[in-house]
Amino acid sequence: MIGELGQLSLCFALALSLVMANAGILGAQPANDTARRIAHGAAMGFFVFIVLAFGALTFAYLQSDFSLRTVAENSTTAQPLIYKISAVWSNHEGSMLLWMLVMALYTGAIAIAGRGGPRITAAALGVMGLLAAAFLLFILFTSSPFLRFDPTPFEGAGLNPLLQDPGAAMHPPMLYFGYVGLSASFAYAAAALIVGLPDSEGWARAARPFMLTAWITLTCGIALGSWWAYYTLGWGGFWFWDAVENASLMPWLIATALLHSALATEARGAFRTWTLLLAIGGFSMSLIGTFLVRSGAITSVHTFASDPTRGLFILILIALAVGGALALFAWRAPSLQGGAAFEPVSRETMLLLNNVFLIASCAAVFVGTLYPLALDAMTGQKITVGPPYYAITFAPIFFALLALVPLGPRLAWRKGNLKEAMKPLYPALGVAAIAVIAVLAIASPKSLAGAGAFAMAGWLLGTSVIEIRKRRGARMAGFAAAIAHAGLAVSLLGIAGTTVWRSEALAVVGAGDRLAVGPYTLRFNGISNVDGPNYQGRRAAIDLMDGDKVTATMRPEQRIYTAEGQDVSVTAIRTTGLRDLYLALGDDRGNGRWTLRAYVSPLAPLIWLGALVMALGGALSLAGRLRVRAPEPKAAAPVLAQAAE
Amino acid sequence: MKRWMLALLLLIGANFAAPVLQDGAKAAAVEGSFADPVQEARARTLQRQLRCLVCQGQSIDESNAPLAADLRGLVRQQIADGRSDDQIKDYLKARYGDFILMQPPLEQATWLLWLAPFLVLGAAGGVAWLAVSRARKAAASLDSQNITNL
Repeated sequence: MIGELGQLSLCFALALSLVMANAGILGAQPANDTARRIAHGAAMGFFVFIVLAFGALTFAYLQSDFSLRTVAENSTTAQPLIYKISAVWSNHEGSMLLWMLVMALYTGAIAIAGRGGPRITAAALGVMGLLAAAFLLFILFTSSPFLRFDPTPFEGAGLNPLLQDPGAAMHPPMLYFGYVGLSASFAYAAAALIVGLPDSEGWARAARPFMLTAWITLTCGIALGSWWAYYTLGWGGFWFWDAVENASLMPWLIATALLHSALATEARGAFRTWTLLLAIGGFSMSLIGTFLVRSGAITSVHTFASDPTRGLFILILIALAVGGALALFAWRAPSLQGGAAFEPVSRETMLLLNNVFLIASCAAVFVGTLYPLALDAMTGQKITVGPPYYAITFAPIFFALLALVPLGPRLAWRKGNLKEAMKPLYPALGVAAIAVIAVLAIASPKSLAGAGAFAMAGWLLGTSVIEIRKRRGARMAGFAAAIAHAGLAVSLLGIAGTTVWRSEALAVVGAGDRLAVGPYTLRFNGISNVDGPNYQGRRAAIDLMDGDKVTATMRPEQRIYTAEGQDVSVTAIRTTGLRDLYLALGDDRGNGRWTLRAYVSPLAPLIWLGALVMALGGALSLAGRLRVRAPEPKAAAPVLAQAAE
Repeated sequence: MKRWMLALLLLIGANFAAPVLQDGAKAAAVEGSFADPVQEARARTLQRQLRCLVCQGQSIDESNAPLAADLRGLVRQQIADGRSDDQIKDYLKARYGDFILMQPPLEQATWLLWLAPFLVLGAAGGVAWLAVSRARKAAASLDSQNITNL
C-alpha cells in the first residue's frame, strides 16, 4: 500500500512538473500573469507530492517493509534506526528520490522567494520543471524505489557496512544540496536567457543565495566524504583522486568560479555572458559527475547497482540539458552582452584570473578522470591516472591561484592601484617568510614543498587577518570572503602537514609488544570480542605509553557484518586538534598476533576544519544577503558584530 | 597580530619536532621488510607508485588484496637483487602494461592528457587577455568622453 502511494505521488509530481515547465516558460512573457500563477501553484503541488513520495519510502524503511525491493536489499530489522533512515538514500533508487526531494525544496524556495521579479521566477520554475520531469521519468522508468519484491523475504540483505557510519549517512544529502543547488543557478541562468534584457538584469543577484547554498553544501559534502574516507579506509589518506571524489570536486571548482564571476556581473554588469556560461557549466559538471557515478563507467563504493540503461538515460539527459542550454546561450547571449569597461589593474581582472586558474584546474581533474575511460573505449589501452598526475597538473595551477587570492578583494573595481593594495599586506609577507624559516628550521624531514605550502598558508592567513581587522563593522561580503579565504589556508596547512610529514609504522604485534611511531610509544594488549547489533567485532586494546605509564587506551576494531558477510576495519584516532595518532588493525597472523598500522599525521584535522571555515565564510555571506530582505535587520546585527570581533 | 601569528606558528611547529622514541620497541617487522631503512624507504616509495591491479585506484602499498601482497614481494625481491627503481618499473610495465603505473607515462597516447590542463590554462588566459584589452579600450573611450565619475 505504502509503495503504491509513493509511486502514485511520483506520477502526480511528474504531471505537475510538466505543468510547471509549460506554465513557467509561458509565464516568462511580460503579460502572462495567469501562467505565472499556475506555475507557482504547480511548484507547490510538485513539492508536496515529492515530500509525500519521500515520506512513503522512509516509512517503508522504518517499518522494514521488505515487500519493497530496495528496502529488502538495503535494510535489515536489526539495523540501527539512523541507518534505516540513511539507507533510504544509500542506494541508487533512493538517492535519486533524495535528489528529487532536494530539487523540490529548491523549487519551492524559488517560487516563494520570487527573487529577480515575476518573469525571471516563472522562467526559472519552468526550467526546474523541465529538469524535474526528466529526472522523474528517469526514476519511474529505470529506477523506481517502490518496486515490489515477490516473494517477500523475512529479512533484508542490509546496508553496505562501509556506509553504516554517521559521515557516510550525511555525505549524500550534503552533496545533493550542492549538485541540485547548481541546478537552481542553472535555472536562473536559463531564465535570464529566456527573458532577455532588461528584466534579466538582476538574475545574478537573484540566483546568489542558491549559488551560495550550493557552494556551502558542496564544500561540506566534499569535506565530509574526505573525512569519512580518512577514518574508514584505514590507510591514513584523505583524498585519493578517485573518480568519484573528482566527480564532486569538478562542480565545486566551477561553482567557486561562478561565485566570483557573478560578483562582477552583479556589481558592475561585467562578464554577463561568461557568468551565464559558468552557471550552465556548473550544473553540467554535476550531471557528468552523476553520470560517472551512476552509470558504472567507474566502479566504487558509490556505484550501487550499475546498469547501462541508466547510464544511457543520464547521458541523454546531459545532452538535452547541456545542449539545450548551450543552444539557448548561443541564440540569446549576444543580445545580453554588456561592454565592461575596466583597467588591467582592477578587481575585474583579478576575478577573471581567478576564473582562468579555476577552469584550468577543473580541466586537469576532468581530463584526469575521463581520459582513461576515453582511451580505453577508443583504443582499448588501459592507463592509470593516479595522484602523481594531479600533483604535476592540478597542484601548481591551484597553488598559483592561491597566491593571487588576497589581492582581489583589495583592488578597487574598474581601476585599482597595486602598490596601494599591497601596502597593508606587507606584514603578511613577513608571516610567510617566518613560516618558511620556521618550517625549514624545525620540521624534519626538510621539505621545500612543505615550506612553500606553509609560506602560502602564512600569506593567506596573514592577509585574511589584516582584512578582517580592517573590515570590522564594514560590509558583510568582504568579511565573509576573508573568512572563506582563511579557510583555504587552514586546509592547506593540514594537507601539507599530512602529506609531507606523516610518519607511520607497520608491524606484527603480540600481547605486550611495543611499537614506536612518531613521538608516541604504543603497547599492544591483545584482542577481545565484541558483539554489535548487526556485526561481530574483534577489538584491540592498545595503550599509549609515557615511559611505563599508560596515558590512554585506543581500540581499533575489525568487524564482520553478519548479514552482509563483509569485513570492515574501524580505525582508532586520537587527536590533539593539531596532530592525529591513527591506528588500524590489520589481519590476524595467528597465535594472538596481528598486523597493526599506526600513523602520526601532523595537522590532519586542519584539512576539514579549513573546509568548515570556508563554509562558514559562505554562510556569513549568505546571511548578509538574506539580512537585506529580512524585516528586522537589527536582530541579526549584534551576532554578526560579535563574530567580527 | 604578528605576535599572535608567531604563537600560532610555534603551536603548529611543535607538531613537527618529532624525535622517534625507540624505547623497547619489540614489535616484529612485517615479513619481507628490509632491515636497512634506505632500502625500506625505496620499497615503500616504489610501492606507492604502482597500482594494485584488482583494486579501485589503490596503490599496492595500501591494499589488502593478495595480488598486492604478491606484487610487494616482487618489488622487494628485485630491490634485494640490486635492481634500480627504473628497471623494476620497466619490468612491471612490460608484464602488466601502463595500467600498473600510478603516473601515466608521457607517450603518444597520453600527450594530450598531460598537456590538456596547460592548454586550457593558456586558452583561458588568452580569452581573459582579450577581455581585459577590450575592457581597457572601453574604459579609455569612456574617459575620453569625460565620464570619469563612474
